[in-house]
Amino acid sequence: MATEFIARGQDLELKGIRKEFPGFVAVDNLNLKIPAGEFFALLGPSGCGKTTTLRMIAGLESPSKGEILLGGKDIAGMKPHERPVNTVFQNYALFPHMSVLENVAFGIRQRKLTDPLSKAEKALAMVELEHLAQRRPQQLSGGQQQRVALARALVNRPSLLLLDEPLGALDLKLRRQMQIELKAIQMEVGLTFLHVTHDQEEAMDMADTVAVMNQGHIEQLGAPEVLYDRPKTAFVAKFLGQSNMFIGKVTETNSETTSIEYKGKKITGLTKRSEKVTGVIAIGVRPEKTYFHETQPDDDPGLNILGPGEITDIRFTGVSNQYQIDIPGIGVMTVFAQNVGRSPVVELGAQVYVSWKIEHSFGLSDLPSGVEEEH
Amino acid sequence: MAFVAFGSQAPAKEQGPSKTGRVALFLLLPGLFYLALFFITPLVSLIITSLKAPSATGAIGRYDLGLEFGNYAYAVTQYAPQIFRSFSFAVLATVIALAISYPIAYFIAVKSRNRPLLKGILLTLVVAPFFISFLLRTFAWKQIFSNDSLVVNVLKDIGVFGADSYIIGTNFAVVFGLVYNFIPFMTLPIYANLDRLDLSLVEAGSDLYASPSKTFRKITLPLSLPGVISGTLLTFIPISGDYVVASRDFLGGPDTAMIGNVVEANFLRIQDYPTASAISVMLMATIVVFVSAYVRRSGTDDLL
Repeated sequence: MATEFIARGQDLELKGIRKEFPGFVAVDNLNLKIPAGEFFALLGPSGCGKTTTLRMIAGLESPSKGEILLGGKDIAGMKPHERPVNTVFQNYALFPHMSVLENVAFGIRQRKLTDPLSKAEKALAMVELEHLAQRRPQQLSGGQQQRVALARALVNRPSLLLLDEPLGALDLKLRRQMQIELKAIQMEVGLTFLHVTHDQEEAMDMADTVAVMNQGHIEQLGAPEVLYDRPKTAFVAKFLGQSNMFIGKVTETNSETTSIEYKGKKITGLTKRSEKVTGVIAIGVRPEKTYFHETQPDDDPGLNILGPGEITDIRFTGVSNQYQIDIPGIGVMTVFAQNVGRSPVVELGAQVYVSWKIEHSFGLSDLPSGVEEEH
Repeated sequence: MAFVAFGSQAPAKEQGPSKTGRVALFLLLPGLFYLALFFITPLVSLIITSLKAPSATGAIGRYDLGLEFGNYAYAVTQYAPQIFRSFSFAVLATVIALAISYPIAYFIAVKSRNRPLLKGILLTLVVAPFFISFLLRTFAWKQIFSNDSLVVNVLKDIGVFGADSYIIGTNFAVVFGLVYNFIPFMTLPIYANLDRLDLSLVEAGSDLYASPSKTFRKITLPLSLPGVISGTLLTFIPISGDYVVASRDFLGGPDTAMIGNVVEANFLRIQDYPTASAISVMLMATIVVFVSAYVRRSGTDDLL
């Protein structure tokens, strides 16, 4: 049944896009390429320019500068109704004066294609809502409305489907379920999806490629695992999950490893995992990549070892425990430990050492804002 | 009455003589008293008067109680042209006022949405005529259109008007005055409706391949229908009974009298109270029937 909706998704390319509003620049020199058939997420905090970018692609805003290429053709000058692009709006924007079926058939009718109603019925069947076709949108639940909005966009077989935080209004459980469904539908129909969201879990969960946006530009772009494992900027490191961060002057660097001195301690990372190897740099590590030890581990060039410090807080989150460890002269570190039948491994107030493998360190290109440089 | 038919939802079922029911009834008393005194009483009095017969003594302006249904037949045959003219003027003026008001309301509510200063100024301009008595304003138009006025003279100079053409007293002058006076009543309800229009619906329309004009016809206009209906009712009903604009003291002439003028003349000059009452009752009944059919047809309860 989904074959009805298989369309050839097309490549989207943004070249030097800039959008100015009176008094500020929302998007600045944005370059982006999304291959056909990919699920691409534009991730960032509110006000980072991601929704403006999406609206420019939909034609609801016009860029001050730059080109929007869809399948190699510049669509920047086209009116929204002329673009082979459909949007699932944040608030769904279903027409309250039409039935669910008429909502879905709207695009087909406007393009004067044949069989608008049977096409709409098939689209509703795909989102499993054919039994609600005659209802009004306001009689449906949030999750159902979301699916109608999706069907209304997909029925047109757009070259590119834009999703503007479509799951934002749903509760957590429904959101999870819709994420899975959305991803399944995307795989089924093979369309190019551009998903705008501020929810990093959602982006990482669903997208093939994630672009992290901040203040109108893309901080980093890549597969979710790469972004998480190897953030290049402090913003990405903080926005995608938690991390322990150490800032210090580089004391030694060679082709293999790079070390900094942080409050008298040496912290080492791999040179190939460092964006910068001179001057003052920041080295970070994810909390789940760190371990603690009740006795001091033996010195090992492959390990960073800090401690001893006192466990000041233990938080049970189900699959793991989150420990706060206050190491004198170093500061507070966060360590995640899996609950594999031995929790809590250590008691509150215990003295422990923290270690991690040097290949789990990542070196950033910039310094976290609000952190004083150590001299 | 028309507004009750238009605006009210079916009230919640009474829950018997519970305590809240008694309190509600108590709170309703002032309203019920008001309606009884100022609506039911005059209405009953009007109906009784409309059925009265001329006094047996033959005194002018004196009438006896009776059941003279002939008064109605007389009123209809005698004043058919005025009745027809009234409804024609009302329909025409309402349609013209709608054509003028909708773009104004749309501009204020939608196009000026993000410009609060402009919006405030425009809304003030729409309401501004209310600061001056509408009698004065209508009289001002009489001056502007009078036979020796600049407007008429210019029209004569450029050859649009012949030497003995005039404006005051024509159907045009009356409809113009009606439209002018009722534009705010049309604009404000439409504005109030369009002000709440969710613009993302319009964006969704254009995203789904509808051109701007298609989006307007398929989305904006149907969604603003409740505002259009309130506006047309607020305009049509008072215009049907208006007796100022069409009177000879203002913009009307010998051949422009509307029902309102007939009622006024019969009540105040001829002192034929039964005929005046019969016309009033018929005017009211016609409007109620007309408006109910209109509201039902446009199916406002189907919207939102």
